[in-house]
Amino acid sequence: MSDKNPEKDTKTVKSEKKMRDIMTAYYIDAKTARQNNKKVAWITSGGPVEPLIAMDIIPVYPENHGAMIGASKMGIDLCEKAEAMGYSSDLCSYARADISCATVNGGPIGGLPAPDMLVCCNNICGTVMKWYEVQARYFQVPLFIYDTPFLHTEYSPEIKRYAKRQMEEYISFLEGVTGRKMGRDRMMEVGRISYAGSQLWQEVLDTAVSKPSPMTAFDAFFHLALIVTLRGTQQSVDYYRGLLAEMQERAKAGIGAIPGEKYRLLWDNLPIWYRMKWLAEKFAEHDACLVADTYTSAWCGSMQYIDVHDFIGSAAEAYTRSYLNLGVEKMARIVLGMIDKYDIDGIVMHSNRSCKPYSFGQFDIQKIVERERGIPSLLIEADMVDERSFSESQVETRIDAFIEMIRENKVAGR
Amino acid sequence: MKHFHEFQQAVNDPLDYARNLKNDSGKEIVGYVCSYVPEEIILAAGAHPVRLFDTRSQIGLADLHLQSYCCSLVRGILEEGLSGRADGLDGMIFPHTCDSIQRLSDIWRMNIPAGFHLDVILPVKLDTDSARDYLTDVLRKFREDLSGSLEREITDAALEKAIATMNVIRQSIRSIYEMRSQNPRLMPGQDLYTLVRASMIMDRDRMAELLLETLAELQTKSDQAPSGKPPKRLVLAGGICNQPDIYPMIEESGGAIVWDDFCTGARYFSQMIPEGADPLSRITGRFLNRIVCPAKHMDLDSRASHLIGLVKEQNAQGVIFLLLKFCDPHAFDYPYIRQSLDKAGIPVMLMEINDPASAGGQMKTRVEAFLEML
Ligand code: SF4
Ligand code: SF4
Repeated sequence: MSDKNPEKDTKTVKSEKKMRDIMTAYYIDAKTARQNNKKVAWITSGGPVEPLIAMDIIPVYPENHGAMIGASKMGIDLCEKAEAMGYSSDLCSYARADISCATVNGGPIGGLPAPDMLVCCNNICGTVMKWYEVQARYFQVPLFIYDTPFLHTEYSPEIKRYAKRQMEEYISFLEGVTGRKMGRDRMMEVGRISYAGSQLWQEVLDTAVSKPSPMTAFDAFFHLALIVTLRGTQQSVDYYRGLLAEMQERAKAGIGAIPGEKYRLLWDNLPIWYRMKWLAEKFAEHDACLVADTYTSAWCGSMQYIDVHDFIGSAAEAYTRSYLNLGVEKMARIVLGMIDKYDIDGIVMHSNRSCKPYSFGQFDIQKIVERERGIPSLLIEADMVDERSFSESQVETRIDAFIEMIRENKVAGR
Repeated sequence: MKHFHEFQQAVNDPLDYARNLKNDSGKEIVGYVCSYVPEEIILAAGAHPVRLFDTRSQIGLADLHLQSYCCSLVRGILEEGLSGRADGLDGMIFPHTCDSIQRLSDIWRMNIPAGFHLDVILPVKLDTDSARDYLTDVLRKFREDLSGSLEREITDAALEKAIATMNVIRQSIRSIYEMRSQNPRLMPGQDLYTLVRASMIMDRDRMAELLLETLAELQTKSDQAPSGKPPKRLVLAGGICNQPDIYPMIEESGGAIVWDDFCTGARYFSQMIPEGADPLSRITGRFLNRIVCPAKHMDLDSRASHLIGLVKEQNAQGVIFLLLKFCDPHAFDYPYIRQSLDKAGIPVMLMEINDPASAGGQMKTRVEAFLEML
């Protein structure tokens, strides 16, 4: 797995090896769960994982696995296999890759350990519900759907009641599957750790406000893995504490991720996993640093709604208020906030064929940003895992033109 | 059919029909985009519900807001709004179904100022107590919000009346479907499509009357014995069918569509509103008892078993599955539905639809080959 990660050539060094070791150990743990009498739950990336940890169930994230498949450039093969099974090539490539991978145990780590249960939270998209239905049929295991109603404009009292009630249903579901009671004290503890982890992750991302920025969004895409897969564990807290110290040190010493950083950019949507290195280099050539992104901040963006003294009671709201569960106006507000916070000169939008809820509305956000902040944006048409949707020459030309525009914009003093 | 011309006109230009209705009756016109909108509540508010489907015009303006990988239905509806053709609407209602409709609501709200805008944020699963309670809450809130937007009270008595009207419409269409299933030559499939579509566009009181008359008219015709070689009996399944040309194409190839599993077809009428307590909870009851759309979760296999049941009940020989390009919910269900049909020994053909005007010659050859095999 190690040489297949796309980010190996980026420059945040010290923590990197630690990360690889942790992830390797995590997947070994998950794959040997059965021998150790542990249960495995597959869960969506934005799902409430804390109750699983509190009950000693190993969470496994097909989306993280999808990212690994993309980064190892194994996406086309697995996507084509799904298409041969009858799945349209227009479906989310994480879903396609995961669905076919389950039947052939392919991919960079020889497939995920089979689940004992599935936990699907639709706070990111409707795709996950359909995808998890497919897997529930395939593996014949119980499926829990944590339904987080979409927040077009408000978090209504009805939604609040419904979201909260499901937390208790979720816990009963887990107790039913495991035949054990959840320890409420342990749950409190996991909640505290999870909160601390998210907070540290936010602080890591915040170091990018320094000029030059000590890290790029490509670094964030790499270091994200733990806040996704090991959220709620002490291990992730320790890791991010270390990473934060490293970033703060670099910031203090004025070491930039991009030597001679001239332009500061914001990335929108999922990474293009199979071209990370290429993209990182392309932007670096132009002295452009992608200092922040809307994607990795999704794992700490709604933290303010968590009450550590009542995690179970407040988590429902925090999970329902996730970035992709918000109306486009709210997303645009968040983007504007990030532009101000990180002093952004331009936005790079990945128009991602795989992810309709993330991509539809991008054009409107683009217009709002142009109108309210007068900064240009670049649209890259691609797919996070399926390389067939990526045209290197086209993207390259566009990046060149975009940087030129930013340069002119800056000269003109916007 | 005596009233066919009237149905056809409404279907040809729903927004024009609505504009005229507004001028004549003074009713507010409320647009909506999916069959999970409780029409009864809109009717009870004294307004007129019109379901929007697609557009007949070239997509141009919608391209500035939606990428090319969005289904033609959502792009078409947005085009209607952006072009100003929907300006006569007093309001729009967006139920929460798929990811694309979800963003359509956002983009509409941000760009099309005409009228009020209501989201009906339904639960995504319908199989738990809390989801059912939430659905009840959502419909209650919708009643309040709509009442507020129209500044008019929505009484239980008005709801009762609307339920009765809608039940007449649903029951009549159902009877027409049944008659036609007995005798597929009773009317062309395209006419049936027009009739169902008209029921989502025309004034519902008038529609109920016309449907009863049409039913009586067809009853006298249905006694005549069918002549000629009996056609191959088919059930249509999958996504929304917005292509009237498909019906003649199948019929010319020797097939007859005897039933369907569309939200614009049988799913629209197959569930009556039950008798019982207060009208609102009965409306909720219909949504809960109805066979689900693929954007909603009820269980893992009822959509396939429902379809197999339909094929058996209607004595059909095969299924044609229409898949609208970029429609995620249906594309996710297709493989498992196909597998279940295979297991039940029911032949199925996939018909992928790229855009609303593309049922070309190649498709016809495939349909002919499929029908021959049955
Ligand atoms: S990439 Fe988008 S569509 Fe796919 S699982 Fe993630 S949020 Fe859902
Ligand atoms: S359910 Fe399918 S056809 Fe309907 S709006 Fe959504 S994507 Fe389009």
